[in-house]
Amino acid sequence: MKALVWHGTNDVRVERVPDPAILNPRDAIVKITSTAICGSDLHLLDGYIPTMQAGDILGHEFMGEVVEVGKDNTKLSIGDRVVVPFTIACGHCFFCEKQLWSLCDNSNPNAWMAEKLYGYTTSGLFGYSHLTGGYAGGQAQYARVPFADVGPLKIPAGLADEQVLFLSDIFPTGYMAAENCDIQPGDTIAVWGCGPVGQMAIRSAFLLGAERVIAIDDVPERIRLAQKGGAEVLNFADEDIFERLKALTGGRGPDACIDAVGLEAHGATLDAYVDKVKAAAFLATDRPSALRQAIHACRKGGIVSIPGVYGGFLDKIPFGAAFQKGLTFRMGQTHMMKYMQPLLARIERGEIDPSFVITHRLPLDDAPRGYQMFKNKQDECIKVVLKPHETVH
Amino acid sequence: MTADVNVAGVERWASALGGAALAAYGVKQMREDRSVAGAMLTAAGGALIARGGTGHCPVYAAAGFNTADAESTRASLSGSRGVNVEEVVTINASPEQLFGYWRNLSQLPLFMSHLVSVQQLDYRRSHWVAKAPAGRTVQWDAEIINEIPGELLGWRTLDRSDVVSAGSVRFKRATGDRGTEVRVRLQYDPPAGKIGATVAWLLGHEPAQSIREDLRRFKQLMETGEVPTIAGQPRGQQSMFNYD
Repeated sequence: MKALVWHGTNDVRVERVPDPAILNPRDAIVKITSTAICGSDLHLLDGYIPTMQAGDILGHEFMGEVVEVGKDNTKLSIGDRVVVPFTIACGHCFFCEKQLWSLCDNSNPNAWMAEKLYGYTTSGLFGYSHLTGGYAGGQAQYARVPFADVGPLKIPAGLADEQVLFLSDIFPTGYMAAENCDIQPGDTIAVWGCGPVGQMAIRSAFLLGAERVIAIDDVPERIRLAQKGGAEVLNFADEDIFERLKALTGGRGPDACIDAVGLEAHGATLDAYVDKVKAAAFLATDRPSALRQAIHACRKGGIVSIPGVYGGFLDKIPFGAAFQKGLTFRMGQTHMMKYMQPLLARIERGEIDPSFVITHRLPLDDAPRGYQMFKNKQDECIKVVLKPHETVH
Repeated sequence: MTADVNVAGVERWASALGGAALAAYGVKQMREDRSVAGAMLTAAGGALIARGGTGHCPVYAAAGFNTADAESTRASLSGSRGVNVEEVVTINASPEQLFGYWRNLSQLPLFMSHLVSVQQLDYRRSHWVAKAPAGRTVQWDAEIINEIPGELLGWRTLDRSDVVSAGSVRFKRATGDRGTEVRVRLQYDPPAGKIGATVAWLLGHEPAQSIREDLRRFKQLMETGEVPTIAGQPRGQQSMFNYD
């Protein structure tokens, strides 16, 4: 089959690789009909995530048709159309039983690696370094799905791929970010980053009853898309975010702040440039300028919700502000299986159509070009969907 | 043996331990394809076989090892009383279930990756075969010396075995609804002399890691019915710079 293979920083290629096979009794093999490039894939492209190996197949937002089922998988049948969540969960450990699916004890074959870095292992992830299991990803024509009787969500006929594809990651991720804000009537939610997750978080915040959403970015087409979703937008390139947020909220500050940027924040402030230099010199691994702003701007007693990915060590986090203001932090990889079914129901009821973020549709062969466009925000690129079995688009 | 006697036997925990899995745990390579592990196995395997030939059983030498600090999750001690290792994992199942699975010793190779087979000879005695370098095997006989159903299993190798060790596994219900704490203790005595020192040095840290990985597989198997793996999945062309 063909697959998108990581070879090093800024080096991804489409190659012929062996087809996947069933390796464990609860596995399934999925023929992938649609797959997307995620903002977090750019962290891999940019070399920010450790334990990548040349030859790794990327991709964790995919869906398709079940073509093979392991002998102990009684939930799926050949021919089922499924969306596959990016987190892999066993369904039976303490954490899965508590709906903390992304903290699954049993799905990371490289648990010892994660234990060295984080103390305990979290769940396995598709196509996202060996620290989270080294599972071959879904930017490919086929993928093996472990514990496939837990994760994959069956999709009823009548819904197009593009309507449901983002149930694999960014819609539940944006939704959990908003849910973590514990939104009360009258609340104002500030969202840093208007990439795909930020866009989903903006719309989810409104679905959950937010009065106002204020989004922060500097990319014109992303700003426009956020405005279309009902958000007021601040451009960090030419506005003082803290002062503007304060002014817009009557001096109180946002009730909750969502950092949908993560470890590669591209701020325009001095600390952002310092972070960039430090990261380049390996003095820090992550660049948290959006998170710093969110902590600083959040109202007293507010919530900082973090769907943006962090992997290592953060420098100069204003912890004093967080402590003195009594902030609550909520974060982590998305507990996918808690959200997929209810969000599918919202899509079926027509409350939201997540395909609004798609700007580019490419055959898998063009995936390396898709990565570059997405990374450099060329051609107003916001979200790329790949079609693994189409050669000409 | 009554429960009281077992509890009172703390000061001689070796008597409650048994030890079949010396090579098992001691010489197991942490990850299969590492040449360092292979070298370690060679040295350890040879030394242990030599030791077995003496017929001296060092199990009792462990008497006095203090188990009062049993709550410590890790203890990998080496010295004149041999190597002592302790590891614990919490599994989302009942002590009875877990004990029942473990007591069927022939199933142990399903999660102890260094084992080839365990054959039950009679109710107490069993024959163990473990992997050694260059496709060879190390074998020994063991007997269960302590058994409290649903709670404790202790064993040791029999005299004249290649491998001399003692071990125990204890199943204790965790607080709240958190499953069962499975605690394994192993002790073995590396042979004296130069080669023994080498073995002790080589195995200084590995046994704990080996037991931890075995216990992890036990947990995975008990909770999910399988052990997660990526062995055999597709990948692209590899670079010579890969760390594995």
